[in-house]
Amino acid sequence: METLDIKGFPVETHIAGSGPPLLYLHAEQYVEQVRPHLDALAKTWRVIAPRHPGYGAAAGAADLRSVDDLAYLYLDLLDELKLDDVVLVGASLGGWIALEMCVRNRARLSKLVLVSSVGVKFSGREERDFADLFYMSDVEAFPMLFADWQRHAPSYAAMSTGQLEELARERQMLAHYGWRPYLHNPGLKRWLHRVDLPTLVLWGEADGFAKPSYGQSLASALPNAELTVVREAGHYPEIEQSEAVIRAIDAFVQR
Amino acid sequence: MKVWHFSELAYYPAWEELGAQLRNVVPSRLCDPKVAADLYHRGLDEWALCDELGLNIMVNEHHATATCIDSVSTIPMAILARETKKARLLCLGMPIGNRFDAVRVAEEYSMLDVISRGRVEMGFVKGAPFEVTPANSNPADLVTRFWEAHDLILKAMTTHDGPFNWEGRYFQYRQVNVWPRPYQQPHPPVWLTVNSPESAQVAGERGYVIGSLNTGYVRTPAIYAAYRKGAASQGREATRDRFAYMAIVGVGSTREEGYRRADQILDYSRTALRVGAQFAFPPGYQSVAATAQALRSPGYGKGVPMRSIALRNGRQVDPIGASVEEFIDAGICFAGTPDMVVEQMRAFYGHVGGFGHLLMMGQGGHITHDDTVDNLTMFSKEVLPRVAELG
Repeated sequence: METLDIKGFPVETHIAGSGPPLLYLHAEQYVEQVRPHLDALAKTWRVIAPRHPGYGAAAGAADLRSVDDLAYLYLDLLDELKLDDVVLVGASLGGWIALEMCVRNRARLSKLVLVSSVGVKFSGREERDFADLFYMSDVEAFPMLFADWQRHAPSYAAMSTGQLEELARERQMLAHYGWRPYLHNPGLKRWLHRVDLPTLVLWGEADGFAKPSYGQSLASALPNAELTVVREAGHYPEIEQSEAVIRAIDAFVQR
Repeated sequence: MKVWHFSELAYYPAWEELGAQLRNVVPSRLCDPKVAADLYHRGLDEWALCDELGLNIMVNEHHATATCIDSVSTIPMAILARETKKARLLCLGMPIGNRFDAVRVAEEYSMLDVISRGRVEMGFVKGAPFEVTPANSNPADLVTRFWEAHDLILKAMTTHDGPFNWEGRYFQYRQVNVWPRPYQQPHPPVWLTVNSPESAQVAGERGYVIGSLNTGYVRTPAIYAAYRKGAASQGREATRDRFAYMAIVGVGSTREEGYRRADQILDYSRTALRVGAQFAFPPGYQSVAATAQALRSPGYGKGVPMRSIALRNGRQVDPIGASVEEFIDAGICFAGTPDMVVEQMRAFYGHVGGFGHLLMMGQGGHITHDDTVDNLTMFSKEVLPRVAELG
């Protein structure tokens, strides 16, 4: 993990591997559990995986308050590292950030991969696109988030204080960026035509948090996107089915 | 010593039907409006009685819960501003971090202060953790929003030369101009609730009155000490009238009668914490360290909330099964004959270094109206004169 100076703001960034550049934007929680996935990606790609401000050891910033801000931060990061033809991969919250980036400026991007991305409101005002994580106990939430939650969901009793504090920080930042409106930008749908680069939408078959039907709506709303469903995965296929996710990304990019 | 009668106006008739969770998830079909009307009128009668008994009045608010049907604290305040003549009216309080319109809060408090002819005591509270769900207010930055609301409300109540501009992080108004201005100048006394030495120290720095609610024999001394430290850091004297302590009080002509009344009111303490872990620990409301500790507690993942009260010997007891004696030992309850209550209050007073206000929960749970009236009356006639010189 190194700290990049992005226009004066420190961004903790995991950079590994060699090959074409892949910018990886992590989901709202369980960031540590994605490490093996990043290592596997690094066999083919030069992986650049920043930690969102407020996650990890680095402090957040009072003036980084929304996903819009994160989108500009990572557009700055692409400029700072002078990256071109970048494959942008965003998981859940990271997918929402990726969409906001593409709406603004996709000049340095070649392809987009959205893994269980949140961010867009498709349903009516009395329906939810995303289950209310803040309303559920873990016993209710875990089966929505994981196909095999007993294997993949965090087991608090087995975790160190540092790991538990990291989870606490993740929940805090999830609220910070996504509390209201809940995990979406009401205006984003209006501009999805601007996300016109080749896009792969990956969705866990067993995702009960953002259902595959939402993934279908998202793929249909984007000008140049296709949906692939990942079997035996919930909302975090990058944790539960890392190999299948990487196979799908490779096949999509090489086509 | 000033004494304030407080009740949450619990909708206890629904308790039997509910299980581990009395908050947020409870459907309102369990609330019979005819029963609720009776409860409101009964509670208002008991508060109005305080005016005759020489007691003061405290109200609060909670939301989406069968533990408290005062969902809008300024409504009973408004009724009592007109129905009473002498009692001071404390709202402890207004959850200003959960209110999206801070100027409206300034208007409500100012209007109440004028109608009551200057009897309002103005509480600002962060609100319990489970309150962010019904308010849909972001817990991750509740504290900074709370203080911006505080600054704006006080400026709105004390600015008398026309509209001013406010473009802050959370609140934006171009023309703030509150009518009427408050009766008490520059504004009604400010109260805060505190639950930790950290929050007490901040309150001490500002010189506000603190209410520590059922913080008990073990935790309260450190909270009051932190207040004194904060006050001293700003060159303020932490006088007794800056400290308020909330306890459940049951007085009777015999020990048994006082204990029985306390036992019924203590159903408040046995139900107030019946709430899911996800509501007790919303993300970012508590510190990272406190949340990590909660995650580790047995049962968190199953949604079972943590709850315990500390006895003087350090033992932790689940309040749901605790006895009156244990609540007295914990410093959460004063109960028995007037002599016993006076003695328990004096001991607690000495233990924490004194306080100028007793927030007396004189009604709660299943206690009847007649018992409540008797409890308040006995307290005012046989306890109050003997503790009045304290503080």
